[in-house]
Amino acid sequence: MKTELKQILQQVSGIDGIPNGAYSFRINGISELHNNSENTEIVKKSDKPGIDVVVKPNTKGELVHIPTLIDHSGLNDLVYNDFFIGENSEIHIIAGCGIHNDGMHATQHSGIHTFYIGKNAKVKYEEKHYGQGQGTGNRIISPKTIIHLAEGSSLEIDSAQIDGVDYTKRLTEATIGDNASLTTKEVILTTANQTAYTDFRIELDGKNSSCSIVSRSVAKGESKQFFYSVINGNNQCQGHSACDAIIMDYATVKAVPDVTANHVDAQLIHEAAIGKIAGEQITKLMSLGLNYEEAEAEIVAAFLR
Amino acid sequence: MLEIKNLSFQVENGDDKQKEILDNINLSISSGSFVAITGPNGSGKSTLAKMIMGIEKPTEGQIFFNGEDITEKSIHQRAKAGIGFAFQQPVHFKGMKVIDLLSLAAGHKLDVEEACSYLSQVGLCAINYIFRELDNSLSGGEMKRIEIAMLAARDVNLYIFDEPEAGIDLWSFQNLIQVFKNLLTKTNGIIIVISHQERILEIADRIIVLEEGKIAKDGNSGEVLPHLMFGVEDCHFYGRRVNF
Ligand SMILES: Nc1ncnc2c1ncn2[C@@H]1O[C@H](COP(=O)(O)OP(=O)(O)OP(=O)(O)O)[C@@H](O)[C@H]1O
Ligand SMILES: [Mg+2]
Repeated sequence: MKTELKQILQQVSGIDGIPNGAYSFRINGISELHNNSENTEIVKKSDKPGIDVVVKPNTKGELVHIPTLIDHSGLNDLVYNDFFIGENSEIHIIAGCGIHNDGMHATQHSGIHTFYIGKNAKVKYEEKHYGQGQGTGNRIISPKTIIHLAEGSSLEIDSAQIDGVDYTKRLTEATIGDNASLTTKEVILTTANQTAYTDFRIELDGKNSSCSIVSRSVAKGESKQFFYSVINGNNQCQGHSACDAIIMDYATVKAVPDVTANHVDAQLIHEAAIGKIAGEQITKLMSLGLNYEEAEAEIVAAFLR
Repeated sequence: MLEIKNLSFQVENGDDKQKEILDNINLSISSGSFVAITGPNGSGKSTLAKMIMGIEKPTEGQIFFNGEDITEKSIHQRAKAGIGFAFQQPVHFKGMKVIDLLSLAAGHKLDVEEACSYLSQVGLCAINYIFRELDNSLSGGEMKRIEIAMLAARDVNLYIFDEPEAGIDLWSFQNLIQVFKNLLTKTNGIIIVISHQERILEIADRIIVLEEGKIAKDGNSGEVLPHLMFGVEDCHFYGRRVNF
């Protein structure tokens, strides 16, 4: 693997090369490396680009890596990945997309991920987005995630986009069954002229279903961030969304909460807080011997951790 | 050595009136001493501490630290020069862990053992706290103790604690006094504790009483303590009346 690809692999997956267990690497628009494990099968789709990740029922403690790496400037990559998680399984999936763009053309990756999570299965899904490179071409990542959570199942999504991505439009749709839960935590840093949209549409259909949608973000420079979350409580359920943003320089941050209770036992909460770094936080860290810039950097880094 | 000369702080008080928060303060505190500052709410104690740390700038007067005029120096320059301050109201940081703040205070990355030693001093069962976030989930008393541990982790020669006892339970209180004594032995510098607590005032080498921005009394505890009673009538400022 080339150095640039290795760098971005390390950034998005925390690994230096081929991992153990089941994996599938998508490099410059081509599914290149696959491996199945005893309980996890990765099947290349025949009708369109992408893979099916099929996890057998009762699988415990497997780790699946599915990184997407791009260093061809100008590539426009569209991929469909479907995840079929068997009943009672517990599995950890590390996805992520890294773009290295040294060219002048826009490089784009759009991943459409659909999760079918079986009864009582527990899934943790990590997704990091990262861009680098000296080129003038934009780095664009637009994921769409569709989630079906069966009775008693849970999905925990950790997503992070720390700089380097010029434009992102992220859509997450979920239908949540009885006693099922969805937890998402996203962390976003935008700088310069970057733009990031995130959009959640959650249907709490099941009795005692729940969701927690948490976004922490920092907008610097002249960047723009838009956070939309629609939560419909259609049964006895609990929905929580929180958007917490630090705004700096000349940035724009917009948060649009939308909660609808269609059932008398739906409990829905939305919190949104946007503001600059509190002056007393800077003062506190300066009183420990940091200068202004160091204090600001520590506060931002901690906030996005 | 800390020297404060003719220090005043005035603020605009609405309709063009000046309000004197600190009024011509003169003080000299030598190294190796443990000084308590007390006085009624709003008398200017925290403001004086902030002036020394550089968080507020005086309208008049000068501050000298170890012979150097620091009046125009920034907060971080004063921190580098050896001044440390534990806030009356500790600051919350989303995402920052207790061990992160202690590391920043110590000036190097602390391992778990070192971080624990600072927290244990203030009576916190360290392992339960070092990886907690400094957000609103910590109680007032917990934040307060972490603030004290933070200052104890600093290696400075002027330590200022602003009402460290507030919200702290009795068991921790014993530890607290030990923290001051240890710091004093370790640095042979200056410990200034702003306090309303009789037991802290009793062990101080010197008590300075501020009232309405002025030094009302200044002396050793034997001289000052018996006369400590603010206001008149039924103002039980220290929880009991003192006859004199
Ligand atoms: N920047 C400011 N602008 C206006 N008023 C101020 C300012 N800073 C302090 N004050 C006022 O100055 C007075 C002294 O405040 P300070 O916080 O120093 O009191 P304190 O002695 O620490 O009181 P406490 O015992 O309640 O902590 C108060 O009346 C306060 O409202
Ligand atoms: Mg005060």
